[in-house]
Amino acid sequence: MSARPARWLLGGRHYSEVASLALAAPFLILAFVTFILPLGSLLHESLFLPTPTLAHYERALTEPVYLRVMLRTLRIAALVTILTLLLAWPLAWLMARSGGLKLAILVASVLLPLWTSVLVRTYAWMVLLQKNGVINQFLIGAGITGEPLRLLYTEGAVVLAMSHVLLPFMVLPIFSALRGIPDDYSRAAQMLGASEWATFREVIFPLSLPGVTSGCLMVFLLALGFFVTPALIGGPQQMMIATLVSQQVREMLDWSFAGALVGVLLAFVLLIAILFKRAVRLDRFVGSA
Amino acid sequence: MSQSAAVSGRSVGIDIEGLVKRFGTVKAVDGVSLAVEPGEFLALLGPSGSGKTTILMAIAGFEYPDEGRIRVGGEDVTWVPPSRRNLGMVFQKYTLFPHMSVLENIAFPLKMRGVNRAEREERARAALATVRLDGYGERKPSQLSGGQQQRVAIARAIVYKPRVLLMDEPLSALDKNLREEMQIETKHLQREIGVTVVFVTHDQTEALTMADRVAVLDQGRLQQIGSPHDLYEAPRTAFVAGFIGETNFCEGRARGAAAAGQRIGVTLDGGHAVEATAVEATVEGASVKIAIRPERLSVADPASGIAARVEEAIYAGNATTLLLTLPSGQPIRLRVPAGGAHASPTVGEMVGLSWRAEDARAFGDVA
Repeated sequence: MSARPARWLLGGRHYSEVASLALAAPFLILAFVTFILPLGSLLHESLFLPTPTLAHYERALTEPVYLRVMLRTLRIAALVTILTLLLAWPLAWLMARSGGLKLAILVASVLLPLWTSVLVRTYAWMVLLQKNGVINQFLIGAGITGEPLRLLYTEGAVVLAMSHVLLPFMVLPIFSALRGIPDDYSRAAQMLGASEWATFREVIFPLSLPGVTSGCLMVFLLALGFFVTPALIGGPQQMMIATLVSQQVREMLDWSFAGALVGVLLAFVLLIAILFKRAVRLDRFVGSA
Repeated sequence: MSQSAAVSGRSVGIDIEGLVKRFGTVKAVDGVSLAVEPGEFLALLGPSGSGKTTILMAIAGFEYPDEGRIRVGGEDVTWVPPSRRNLGMVFQKYTLFPHMSVLENIAFPLKMRGVNRAEREERARAALATVRLDGYGERKPSQLSGGQQQRVAIARAIVYKPRVLLMDEPLSALDKNLREEMQIETKHLQREIGVTVVFVTHDQTEALTMADRVAVLDQGRLQQIGSPHDLYEAPRTAFVAGFIGETNFCEGRARGAAAAGQRIGVTLDGGHAVEATAVEATVEGASVKIAIRPERLSVADPASGIAARVEEAIYAGNATTLLLTLPSGQPIRLRVPAGGAHASPTVGEMVGLSWRAEDARAFGDVA
């Protein structure tokens, strides 16, 4: 008697499985062809070619030279995450407190670099850091140092340049978390006797944590697989895992070993993502009376 | 009683002297002076833009005044930051910290005061019991209803025995029934712990229900401060007469001179001669505004009194409200209590309006 009325795509908020699938299909097909398939074939190659073997993984995880690359990758990604967090939080706070033209300028200064090619920004850092670069010329001109310093091809340079490139991915989620905190929270805290520092420590920073964790997750994971900037700024001495994979594919033509490296990186990324999710969920239950 | 003893402290008065606050060229508060007695429940009542919230924010310390002084318990706090004033405040909404449990929220001000963990837990639980929410301590604020959240906010604002409790329209986000229940409950709680309360509201019923005294504000100026009874029965300005309760205004001219409080004859713009009580000294021929409450008007046959036509009769159980129009077209409201001796007039009928001179107040027509 009461036949459910047919509902077309713009009709409501809850779609049938068929409608949901229809909406997601173009993306799913694209993702399958350009991401799942090649990744699957690479991982397949690392495990089954020429015969089923774990030898490639064993090599990736035991040979010191490769372990060093992986540890360096982790260390750089962690340092970049910490540095961007330290730079991004105050900036995001300022943005959240601003409005009008001031906010527009701040947002533009965060977003404009994002719209500029990573390659261009990386070359800009090379111009700054190289032996006869802007920074060395200034240091020598000011009499601070006699010899040009070795700035390029150092881990510090890689961390600095990568932090610059990845900064927007930290600023934006923290900004949106802070923007969502009503003024009354800090007013209430002050009324209840909290100093400005205590208000920050007990109320504002904890409330920004969802933004902080998603920013950290994004920056850390992007940093783990970063290619252009470490390859150009770090050179062969500061090789990170993405560069190593590229080298295996292009120079050694060792697709199986490259696949094993990708497999290790992928497993690690998944592990971190899961741990982060746990941490965020746990965070709601932390705190004491 | 023992639980409320845990959160009751000594209460103090507030003195506000010549307070002026400008935002740009606008005077949000224009020379307001008032005194709040220790243990008193004072409502700041006014329409939006009347300056009531600005006054509260100045007492709290979130706005520094351009002129004037604020003293709490005799101590000048005009320039003391909010966190050092030791006042309690309940905001309209968004006050409970969402990342803390109910108990952590209530214990927060104690933590800020360096109270040790065991004591703050004990006192927080006592405050929670005072607002009748025992057993809700471990929940997150988001798991409570709006009314429960405001009760927790009140518990958090009284747990450290503040000298004064400030409330900024704390009930306006609640629905009508809950709001009325919370009005009574808040009033009881205030009487129980004896704290001085300054309560901001734009709802005159709320102000009259809860407050010992009400300060009526308009355009940054204090219009009148007094008990609900005084404000209703003896409004000192036409604004107060119009803002507190329902009032009919009739305009006319004084037929003679009268001192404040004396009877005055007035010729209404329609030509009728009536009598009223002069609120201020009035000279002959001055234009005046007569305010008369709907329930103080009486109807008789059209031959006596001011002729008016019944446009609508609204029956509401305990009373019937008649909507009338004068020959000039001016609308008049009249209320007849149920169970009265006379039958209600019917729609379309002509009636004669009259009132007793002591029930009608004649204001000098300022605006």
